Amino acid sequence: MIRINGVSHQIAGMPILSDVTLTLPKGGITALIGPNGAGKSTLLSLMARLTRIQSGSISFDDANVAETPTQELAKRLSILRQDNVLTARLTVQDLVGFGRYPHHKGRPGPNDVKLVNDALEAMALTPLRTRFLDELSGGQRQRALVAMVLAQDTDYVLLDEPLNNLDMRHARQMMIRLQTAARTQGKSFVVVIHDINFAAAYADRIVALKDGRVLATGTPAEIVTPAMLKDIFDLDIVVQQIAGHPFALHQIAPPSTQ
Amino acid sequence: MKSLSLHMLLALAAIVAMAMLSLTIGAADMSISAVWRGQGDDTLILMASRVPRTLAIILTGISMAISGLIFQMLTRNKFVEPATAGTTESAGLGLLVAVFFLPSAPLIVKMTVAAVFAIAGTVLFLRILDRLPVHEPLLVPLVGLMLGGVIGAVGTFFAYQADLLQYLGIWTTGEFSGVLRGRYEILWITGILAALGYVFADRFSIMGMGKDVSVTLGLNYRGVMWVGLLIVSIISAVVVVTVGTIPFLGLIVPNIVSRMMGDNLRAAVPWAASLGAGLLLLCDILGRVVRAPYEIPIGTIFGVIGSAVFLYLLLGRQSHAIR
Repeated sequence: MIRINGVSHQIAGMPILSDVTLTLPKGGITALIGPNGAGKSTLLSLMARLTRIQSGSISFDDANVAETPTQELAKRLSILRQDNVLTARLTVQDLVGFGRYPHHKGRPGPNDVKLVNDALEAMALTPLRTRFLDELSGGQRQRALVAMVLAQDTDYVLLDEPLNNLDMRHARQMMIRLQTAARTQGKSFVVVIHDINFAAAYADRIVALKDGRVLATGTPAEIVTPAMLKDIFDLDIVVQQIAGHPFALHQIAPPSTQ
Repeated sequence: MKSLSLHMLLALAAIVAMAMLSLTIGAADMSISAVWRGQGDDTLILMASRVPRTLAIILTGISMAISGLIFQMLTRNKFVEPATAGTTESAGLGLLVAVFFLPSAPLIVKMTVAAVFAIAGTVLFLRILDRLPVHEPLLVPLVGLMLGGVIGAVGTFFAYQADLLQYLGIWTTGEFSGVLRGRYEILWITGILAALGYVFADRFSIMGMGKDVSVTLGLNYRGVMWVGLLIVSIISAVVVVTVGTIPFLGLIVPNIVSRMMGDNLRAAVPWAASLGAGLLLLCDILGRVVRAPYEIPIGTIFGVIGSAVFLYLLLGRQSHAIR
């Protein structure tokens, strides 16, 4: 279970997050949605100890982020940030292999090799495994970074816009892969997603942030409604039910306002 | 993997061959067969001059290449090495200070003072680095060269005032002709530090992926940064004190290896070590042969070759070298 308790954060005097309190049960996919500048990435950074918590507390099960040694946290939680500038020239399999470092500390065993191979296979990277990162397309590199996080094999996985740069096929494959891991292995994913329909189709719960506050928490059916989306994004959006999922037709203005 | 280890064996064989050659070349007449026959003079030349010199070259080549490799991982910049970061100049300034204030102190004490200065200079460089924009990688060596220039100028002024200018010339130009038994043994410290660099290879590779990835993977970021900083600074200090500055070695060898093997240091460190030792042996042999019986300092030879390769790296394949 993830407990976020009264977390506020300021950058250069500007409030980014204000008194965020959230409890997320273990297992399943939680989608973080909200307009630009809502504080989604900052919240993820604070959860993953990449940014020091200014006030409030965050804990994963019994591990308080501020007090647990970083080596211990590395076995429980992993994060993929949005802006990954990797200057190091690594092969795909080396990069994904480093995801196992918290567990083997430099001496990979058979289990590490297996998990790396599984992660490569899951992200359809096996044919590219000996390629260098600077020889890959943006989408392939993004998949390699996600594979590294998957290889780390932590109970909690935080992903900031993992669908960046991915084509439709790979975006769908990635969400299915996350869903499978959540259901069969009991993993917990917290994912910042910009495409609300991916959140509606794959997330077990959605948390909507706006102006640094939690605006709403609920199932896709509860959040993806015209009234709620209007609140969150200040936009009139038509929602239709397709194949049992609510679908937001956000690309087009509703007929009445045209 | 099999072909890789074959390449490694070939590289090692080449180094052994050059080392043998290095033992037999020099101004003094000496032959290995005479040593076998037990002629005293030849044995003395071999053991007092040729063996120390060859070992010094190999140790310097290995440690400078590895310190460049580590430095580039710590700063995430392919144009950083001790000579483009103010580290070498700081070590030189420390050496001058030691020579002036503790003229009769043993070499190890002078080396320690030089190392302390090198560490301070490197910390200053890294502090400045924190304030530079990440997306301007070429600013980093520029700022490093300027910092080195300023520290070097302080050193020159100090040397001028203290009448030590001649001494300054010795550490600014790397040379192995002065290496004799009793004057190089301190270099073994660099061998130990280079080995430590290999032990920490995974951690340095992770640091090369940036602070966020390091924290995510549970690395003690500050701790590993300090280990790297100490390895780089102390190697620079020892090399400056014993043989002098060899520019570009720590720059071009890691860049060549990065292009060949990538930045996974577990694989790259042995290659950087072999290439560093091999190139330095080759340049030293050239320096001894071109104008025999006179010598061209290795710093000069390496400076000529190194600046050409450096320019090539600067201008060619920007996508990977500069990013």
